[in-house]
Order: sequence, then structure tokens, then C-alpha cells
Amino acid sequence: MNLLQSHGPVLPVLLPAATAILLLLLGDGGGSAHGRRPQLARRIALVSVLLGGALALALMAQADTGRIAVYRLGDWPAPFGIVLVLDRLSALMLALTAAVALPVLLYASGGWDAHGRYFQALLQCQLMGLNGAFLTGDLFNLFVFFEVLLVASYALMLHGGGADRLRAGLPYVVLNLVASALFLVGAALVYATTGTLNLADLALRVPQVLGPDAVLLRAAALLLLVVFGFKAALAPLSLWLPATYAAASAPVAALFAIMTKVGVYAILRVHGVVFGLTATAATATASDSAAGAAQPLLLPLALATCVIGVLGALAAGTLARLVAWLTVASVGTVLAAVGLFTPAGWAAGLYYMAHSTLIVAGLFLLAELLGAQRGDAGGRLVPASPVAQPALLGTLLLLAAASCAGLPPLPGFIGKILLLQASASHPGGPALWAVVLGVGFLTLISLARAGSLLFWQVQHAPAGGASGTVPAGASGRLLAATLMLLGASVALSVWAAPLLRYTAAAANQLGDRAAYANAVLPELGGAAARSTQPYTGRPGTTGAAR
Amino acid sequence: MAAALPAVSAGFQAVMPSMEFLLASGIGAVTSCGLWLLLRGRSFSVVLGLAVLGYAVNVFIFVMGRLWRNAPAILGQGPLLADPLPQALVLTAIVIGFATTGFLIELALRSSHDNGSDHVDGREPGAASTAAQADAQAAAHNPEPPA
Repeated sequence: MNLLQSHGPVLPVLLPAATAILLLLLGDGGGSAHGRRPQLARRIALVSVLLGGALALALMAQADTGRIAVYRLGDWPAPFGIVLVLDRLSALMLALTAAVALPVLLYASGGWDAHGRYFQALLQCQLMGLNGAFLTGDLFNLFVFFEVLLVASYALMLHGGGADRLRAGLPYVVLNLVASALFLVGAALVYATTGTLNLADLALRVPQVLGPDAVLLRAAALLLLVVFGFKAALAPLSLWLPATYAAASAPVAALFAIMTKVGVYAILRVHGVVFGLTATAATATASDSAAGAAQPLLLPLALATCVIGVLGALAAGTLARLVAWLTVASVGTVLAAVGLFTPAGWAAGLYYMAHSTLIVAGLFLLAELLGAQRGDAGGRLVPASPVAQPALLGTLLLLAAASCAGLPPLPGFIGKILLLQASASHPGGPALWAVVLGVGFLTLISLARAGSLLFWQVQHAPAGGASGTVPAGASGRLLAATLMLLGASVALSVWAAPLLRYTAAAANQLGDRAAYANAVLPELGGAAARSTQPYTGRPGTTGAAR
Repeated sequence: MAAALPAVSAGFQAVMPSMEFLLASGIGAVTSCGLWLLLRGRSFSVVLGLAVLGYAVNVFIFVMGRLWRNAPAILGQGPLLADPLPQALVLTAIVIGFATTGFLIELALRSSHDNGSDHVDGREPGAASTAAQADAQAAAHNPEPPA
């Protein structure tokens, strides 16, 4: 417990990093599924992910006291050194990552991890990047953790090999590298105009930048919106996602369900807080500063994302593509909630994000289980032989579909109704209501169409035919992983009240820039700090410490 | 030097555009080259384009710390010190860019090997997707020589 108090925020980064190094040193026995080493690697990875989950829950409990834990890497004070910051939002994202990682690991240990090399080590690297991105309090460090998780995701996406996967993988990698270049340009512009990269310091500084510098800063904010919007699959930049996710193996696609949420998190942190409109900035000078640069853009783009996603889902030809398009639609809903820029909207959005991440990850796993039992048809949405376990898998699909579409009493319904309530007095409210309700209906249609095709419109093989082999049912480990994800989503409904209280507190904490600054910049006087100026090179005129 | 030859220095400065102008237009030219290469259809050009774009971005980060003359880079005596932070940032960006370029080259090689084409789509433009269509197309392009 003492370790948790003093070094809590750095542990979720160190644990997967150490595990990844250990797994790399252990080797993977040439990629075979049998033998002692792969089994040992699975056990080590499982222990690490379980520890990570317990750690995330402990940190969530710690963050829920309202204290913002700050960890200084290298013990340099805040605007000069890099800090990790653990607040309620970060802890929630850590817990969500762990909740997706455990079933994904179980599912992959059912055989997928042996289809290529070093799956377990790469998975740990990905977790390290994800946890780091959720914890860091520095814009450039966010870039570094983005790169860590992206490099791991490139290798994971190509896991299993094959020409199709390579064909989808090359554009994915190239597009992400272009986005990284834009991130660097945006971060450099932010530094040039404000003289700081620390998020708490930036939040104080951004409203004070006026004149020609504010124009540059506004450009930087919009560049960063392009980058984060690309990761989150925001409307004009969402077309890469279905091809990539549908081509990836099922456990990897399920893990990637959390990757779009990194983009959402970054938009919330950077555009919601750092570039968000504050009470003090909402004066006559607000129109001159860069604050609120992304504010008018986010809601329309998010609603367009919803519409594109659900239309893609209606037109999808395979089950995996259908789920991938539903991922786009769900991200659109979450971003619409973020785009309201009110604490109530954010609270609803965070709850919906937790639900949609789990349900989409579960659907990706379920899609592969279904595809594996349909013979040659696989995941294609055409009439084919019946699946081996229609009752079990059908019930799971029904449950997931109902929650995805937002039917009561499942968590999708709770999230959507909160979102509708939060947007009631917003000028964009009518558009949001129309889109969210319409998208829910169309989601239901697309999944109902897929479900009836999979389970009812089946072609029974002619007796004595060549294809008389009955596909075997899914193995227990794969089913357990899928059940765990979908069950976790139901648990969100059962424990909705404490979770909603938590997300509401997290949203309020996000809005409280003064408390954030007080925690991160105590030496400078917290929110009352004389803010950093761009470096001019002359001693006595630089920095906030003078 | 400037004190000894004031006339030459003044004339030189009148002819030469400012460093800011040179760097800005240089970054712009390199970025546009990178973008043009990036939009090509072959993965080789795309990899080159990303590398060139990376150079432009790295110089851009460096310049965002402002241009300094007669100032020590990090440590030293004197009234002026160059901003060390963009130097640290650009070092990180170079290392990451180097690693990702290496990965991308390997991926592009693998893709062109497995798909039999170095086009970014994994197949030649206009090439039919199925083998039967490919055969039909090949037959259409290579008609039997007249007997």
C-alpha cells in the first residue's frame, strides 16, 4: 500500500514494460503452441494482466478520494520535468484497458498467440503504451506513448500474416505515420507559442495567448484535433478503421477497441481541458485567444461519424466489418457527448464509452466464434450451414445487439438516455437526439439482419453430402473470454449507480482546472502561477520560476 | 569579420535573404516533395515520402525553438543561451522516426513479396482481383498469334 501511495502512477507503465522484457528474454520457442515455453509465457502474461487489473482497481479507488496523484519522472518540478498524473479519468481508462486486456489475453491464449511470434510480448508493449498515454501529463510525452502503442499495434495488426492482412496493414501504418508527423508539427507549434508542453501549465497559458500567436496556437489545436480525430476515427478520417479492424485477428481487433478510445481520451484532455473555454476566458478576449478552437467542430463531425458508421454497418458484407463499422458509430456517439462540452455530457460520454468498448470488443470475439462454425462461408453474411451452438451464441449476439442499439435495461440504454438528457438544453440538442435515436434504430436493423441470416436462414447440408462434418463447438477458453466481455458490459448496468457517480465526479474534476494546476504545479503556486512565457534566451526573463 | 569589412558584409546582407525566409521556404519545399511522394501509388515512393516528410518535420520542430546566432547550444557563459528543449524534442522525434521507417521498409518489402506487387493496394492498378478474371484479361491482352 505504501508503494501504491508513493509510486502508484508509474506502476501501470512499469509492470507491462517489465513483463514484455521478461517475455522477450524467455523467447517464444520458435512460435509453436506446444512445449513448455509458450505455456510459461501465457502464465506470466496472465499473472501480469491480473496484477495490472488489481492495480488499476486500487488506483481507481485511490483516485476516487478526489486526490490528484502526481508522479515526477526524474523528480524535476512540473513544467520542467515530465509528470504522470492520475486523476479519476486516467484511473477509469486504466481500469477499462485492464478489463479489455484480460479477456483478450485469455482468448489469444486459446491458440491465436501461436499464429505468429512474440504475441504475448507485443500485447504487453501495447498495454504499456496505452497505460502511459492515459497517465501522462505532458503533450510531447503523450506523443511518445502514442508511438509506443502504435508500433506495438502495427505488429499486432499483422499478427498471423497473410496477404490480406498485409494489404490492410500497409495503409494503416502509413496513415498513422502521417498522423504522427502532424502531431509533431502541432506539438512544436504549441511549444513555440506558449513555451510549455505541460498540460496543466498549458491549460493556464492558452487563454492568455493573444494576437498573432493565438492564430498559430489555434492552428496547432486544430492540427491536434486532426491527429486525435484520426486515432478515434472521427468523421472524415474514419474510413481506415473498418478495413484495418476487419483484417486483424479477433483478439487484436478486440484489443483495438480501446485504441480508438485513446483518441477520445486525448480529445477530452487536450480540447476539452487545455483548449477548453474557461469561465475567465469567456470574456471579450475569448474570441481572440485559441481557447475553444475545436468547440464548434466536434459535435457536427461526431454526429456525421455516427451516421457514416451505421450506414457502413448496414452495407457490410462480413460480420467482422459489421462490428468494425459499429465501432465507428459508437465512437461517434461518445465524441458527440464529448462535443457537448458540459460536465453532464462528459459524464454520460464516459459511461457510454466504458460500455461501448466492452461490447464492441466482445462482438469482435463473438464474430470470430460464429465465423469458425460456419464452414467455408466464415464470417461472410450469406446463407450457410448452421452454427454448432446456435442457442448459446445466438443469445450472446442478441444480448450484444440489444445493448449496442440501446435497449433497456442494458447499459447502452442508460448511456444513451443520459446523453439525451445532457443535450436537452444544448443548441445542438435536436440534431443529437435525431442522430442518436436514428442510429440506434439502424444499429438494431443491421444486427437483426445479421442475426437472422446467421441463425435462421441456414442451408442444411444434404444428407450424406461431402460436407457432412459438423463444426465443433467453441472451446471453453474462447467462450469464457467472450462471456467475460459481454458479462462485464451487463455488470455496468447492474452497478450503474456507483459508476455514474464516479463518471460524474470525473467529469467535474476535469472541469476544475485550478485543482489540476494546484496538484501539478505546487512550486509555482498552482493555479495562481505566473504562467510560462516562450523562451527568449535572456536570463531573468525566462520561465515561470523567476 | 563584420567589423573589419563593413561594406562587404552590408552588401552580402542586402543580397542574401534572411535565415528565417530560407528555412521557412526550405521546410515548405521539402514538405511538398514529401507529400507528392506520399501520394504515389508505389510503396517505395511512399516510404521515401514519409522519410522526407520526417526531415521537414524535424527541422520544423528545431526552428520552433527560434533561430539563434552566437549562442551556445546548451551550456555556456554569456547573455544568450539557445533554447535546449526543441533540441531534446527533435532528438526523440528522430529516434522514433528512424525506428518506424525501418519497420515500414520491412513491411513494404514483405507486402510486395507476398502480394506480388509493390503497389500500396497490394495489387497492380487495373488488375483483376480473381484468378479467373486475371486469366481472361491475360488472354485478351495476348491473343493467339494467327496461324
